[in-house]
Amino acid sequence: MIRTIYILWLRQIKRYLRSRSRLVGSLGQPLLFLVALGYGFGPVFQKAGQGNYLEFLAPGVIAMSILFTAIFSGIEIIWDKQFGFLKETLVAPVSRFNIMIGRTLGGATVATLQGIIVFFISIAAGFRPANLTLLPVALLIMMLTALLFTAMGTAIASLLEDMQGFQMVMNFLVMPIFFLSGALFPLEGLPGAIDIVASLNPLTYGVDGLRGALTGQIHIGFFNDFAVLFAVTALFMVIGSYLFSKIEI
Amino acid sequence: MSQPKNQENYAIQVQGLTKKFGSFTAVDNISFSVKRGETFAFLGPNGAGKTTTIKMLTTLLRPTSGTMLVNGYDPINDQDAVRRSFGIVFQDPSLDDELTVYENMEFHGVLYKVPDKILKQRIEELLNFVELLDRKNDLVKHFSGGMKRRLEIARGLLHTPKVLFLDEPTIGLDPQTRNHIWKYLKDLNSTEDITVLFTTHYMDEAERVADSVAIIDHGRIITGGSPAELKKTTNTNSLEEAFLSLTGKKIREEEAGSIDQMRMNRRMWSR
Ligand SMILES: Nc1ncnc2c1ncn2[C@@H]1O[C@H](COP(=O)(O)OP(=O)(O)O)[C@@H](O)[C@H]1O
Ligand SMILES: [Mg+2]
Repeated sequence: MIRTIYILWLRQIKRYLRSRSRLVGSLGQPLLFLVALGYGFGPVFQKAGQGNYLEFLAPGVIAMSILFTAIFSGIEIIWDKQFGFLKETLVAPVSRFNIMIGRTLGGATVATLQGIIVFFISIAAGFRPANLTLLPVALLIMMLTALLFTAMGTAIASLLEDMQGFQMVMNFLVMPIFFLSGALFPLEGLPGAIDIVASLNPLTYGVDGLRGALTGQIHIGFFNDFAVLFAVTALFMVIGSYLFSKIEI
Repeated sequence: MSQPKNQENYAIQVQGLTKKFGSFTAVDNISFSVKRGETFAFLGPNGAGKTTTIKMLTTLLRPTSGTMLVNGYDPINDQDAVRRSFGIVFQDPSLDDELTVYENMEFHGVLYKVPDKILKQRIEELLNFVELLDRKNDLVKHFSGGMKRRLEIARGLLHTPKVLFLDEPTIGLDPQTRNHIWKYLKDLNSTEDITVLFTTHYMDEAERVADSVAIIDHGRIITGGSPAELKKTTNTNSLEEAFLSLTGKKIREEEAGSIDQMRMNRRMWSR
């Protein structure tokens, strides 16, 4: 069982390390956000009395890269479905639950690695973590966020037939999750409806916790952030495994 | 079709197997059996229901009704025992292009719990058998269709299955490569105690390789027997003609499907 999970995990890692273009592309985007937004909006942010924007933005961009990489890793199941490799795993004498766990852990590891790399990019761009002793907490939040959204991606991919649905998912789910999470702007004083959506958005808690651990600015609080992240991750793991177990080819 | 008399002697037994997709009946109440050690061909035009039948036998699809036994086990209620019993080469490619030849084999070996001690040796033997040993550290994505097919055959044999399913193993390959592949499968039949069920719409291949064939069209088995018997009953000189006289039509050509489309999309995403 452990070997099954391990080999599926390893496959995700190898695929990630081998697709250089994906690596480079996925690092370019956060860099662009940090530089363009960080320096572009910096003065406005400062004038509005909100402090240093780069400091505010960096945890948001780390969370963004985790979100995108994680969802993408989960969604990769659609490709495996279309290109047939999924069949190879589904006719093997191993439980689908273990397959799903291995894949999800692999995807989450990749997403966490990506988050760590973006953390170092932020440092290069001028970001400084406020409290080094809280870095392990930041790492834990990154791992949970990665797990949560990989499981979400797996659940979604189990329902989709082909890549056509993927654009829909990006536009109507992933983008709203990103923009309404507090990653780019503070969530205080927003219209009621947006406020409600943001509080239902699991990434809000990942961003809040990460920002708390990296900069000391926290609004929801570590306890609630962790509680929500744990609960929603568990929920998506269950839903993801269930939907994955129902795939027919 | 003949009724199975003694379970021990049969690698595959199918009785009244039916699969409906909505109101469409893809496989319609078919029954057949395959003796142990036999090479059995499933012949029929595209859309006849060959792949659907294989998917049911290999636990990928649940039948609407009917019973099956693969190596004596029930694919519906005893999935793991069935899964350990067979190896399969799917109609569509099923390798991981981003992994090397060896890694694809190793992945399979771990999933099938081939003991660590013999895994490496068995992989090398099989790669040698399909003449890919010198390419073992190459990424599969640079391979030709024929090389991928050979690798899939080696992979399907890795866990020493009792039954090997081959769904259109030679489709889209040039004649030389096709010959090559049948040579391996013949060698295999004489060296390992294995039952082979393959589908094809190349009649000449079935005629050359199969001990026994079943002709399927519109989800129904029209007739079965050895190629010689079929030619005799239809009074024809080749299986091709026998098929034509039984179904009244030629085998249709495979059309390019959504797979090609996906391949394009994937390229756009990953480059
Ligand atoms: N998942 C599915 N949903 C609906 N129809 C299907 C599905 N899979 C196969 N079919 C249909 O069932 C018929 C038999 O298909 P298949 O078994 O793939 O034929 P063959 O392998 O003999 O070419 C075809 O008409 C095909 O379109
Ligand atoms: Mg087919």
